[in-house]
Amino acid sequence: MTTHDFNPAPGAQLALEVAGLSKAFGGTPALRDVDLQLGWGEALALFGHNGAGKSTLIRTLVTLVRPDEGTVTIAGFDRVRQAAQVRSMVGYVGHQSLLYDDMTARENLRFYAKLYGIADADHRVERSLAEVGATSFANRRTRVLSNGMVKRVAIARALLHRPRVLLLDEPETGLDQGGLELLDSMVTAVKAGGASVVMSTHATERGLALADHVLVLDAGRVALAGAAANTSVGEVQRAVLGTRQAAS
Amino acid sequence: MRNYLRGALAIYAKDIRLEARTKETISAVLAFAIIIAFIFGFAFDPSPTIVAVVGPGIVWVAYVFTGILGMNRTFALERDRGTLDGLLLAPVSHESVYAGKLASTATIMLVVEAALFPVFLVLFDLNLFNVWFVLVALAATIGFATVGTLFSAIAVHTRAREVLLPLLFLPIVLPVIIGAVSGTDAAIAGDGWDGVGKWLQFIVAFDAVFLMLSSWAFDFVLEE
Repeated sequence: MTTHDFNPAPGAQLALEVAGLSKAFGGTPALRDVDLQLGWGEALALFGHNGAGKSTLIRTLVTLVRPDEGTVTIAGFDRVRQAAQVRSMVGYVGHQSLLYDDMTARENLRFYAKLYGIADADHRVERSLAEVGATSFANRRTRVLSNGMVKRVAIARALLHRPRVLLLDEPETGLDQGGLELLDSMVTAVKAGGASVVMSTHATERGLALADHVLVLDAGRVALAGAAANTSVGEVQRAVLGTRQAAS
Repeated sequence: MRNYLRGALAIYAKDIRLEARTKETISAVLAFAIIIAFIFGFAFDPSPTIVAVVGPGIVWVAYVFTGILGMNRTFALERDRGTLDGLLLAPVSHESVYAGKLASTATIMLVVEAALFPVFLVLFDLNLFNVWFVLVALAATIGFATVGTLFSAIAVHTRAREVLLPLLFLPIVLPVIIGAVSGTDAAIAGDGWDGVGKWLQFIVAFDAVFLMLSSWAFDFVLEE
């Protein structure tokens, strides 16, 4: 997984750089003055209770949500002015699979391969299906697949164009033990290939084991940020509880 | 430009393939159009004199309302299937997504319109197999799809999208409806270019202006 389809901006030192990022929906703040930096080949585990702002942060990074304030630079490209280049740099697995129910797993990946302009599309699709263990059900419409199978195909879709920054929003949802092990090995392989990973999760121990850095969001604010190696499970959990604990 | 075309073609081919497989939009829209035609068929005696007067209006009432029904689904289906984000995440400009969606919407509308030709012939003895009418229908349908695709994208994030789309869409496309009805009137009367030409030019000018405006505006409407 070392060859990438798209190149970062020349001289891009960091995979991801966020400064003073704020976003509100209808007057309700979802992100408040978030700062974040991530180097090449590093992984960030993003923690926080439901509604803390994890999904909004990830959706802002992948250009699905427009920030109100602050700057986001991915692989040297500005999130607002160079959105198409940013999209070529990122792979995204969110709460929805982004797959068409009435197309087979293989047809879905071929569609996305065309959309991304991947040159050796057929070969890449077959390889991606094999990497996530989806070859055996690749000719079945995704409508009839289990949640875990769909999640595997969704991960293959996100990795199809060999992104420089992989953003995973609670990717473990729906995966069985085999799927979780596959996910962990994919994250490790992506990092080894020089790409970076941002992963939101509620699984504190797994997140800390996979990541180099930790960020905990609480009510849209950074409650804790640091190196994963120097952060304990207890520290993360206390930060996650944050204002909830204080309020109670 | 290459990326633009690649994205638009991929989305167009995907939409047509899905529609050919599921027939979700065409079956619903066609059934609605046939019902409209039958209601008009029973509402008055379709004598040649009356049909010559009201025929173009009937044709475009059926086409416009079925068009709205179809356009409502352009982005609503993507949103309901949870696939809209997949299109917006592609490294192509949002104008490219717009172009692909516009082309597939127009194609589906044109298929439904063509399928109604025999219905109008049988019910009203109204022969629409006429090159001038086909040109008017083609230009007007592109105009509807141009505006409808943009407003469908605007409406998709609202709860009352089925209501919002016609409210936004109809006032804007009123010039196209007027041009289409008048052009159809001239085509059926056998006036040829002398009668149809000015309406055709009027509709094509509308298409060109709104194609540019909608393409530009589309980039702003889909992000949250």
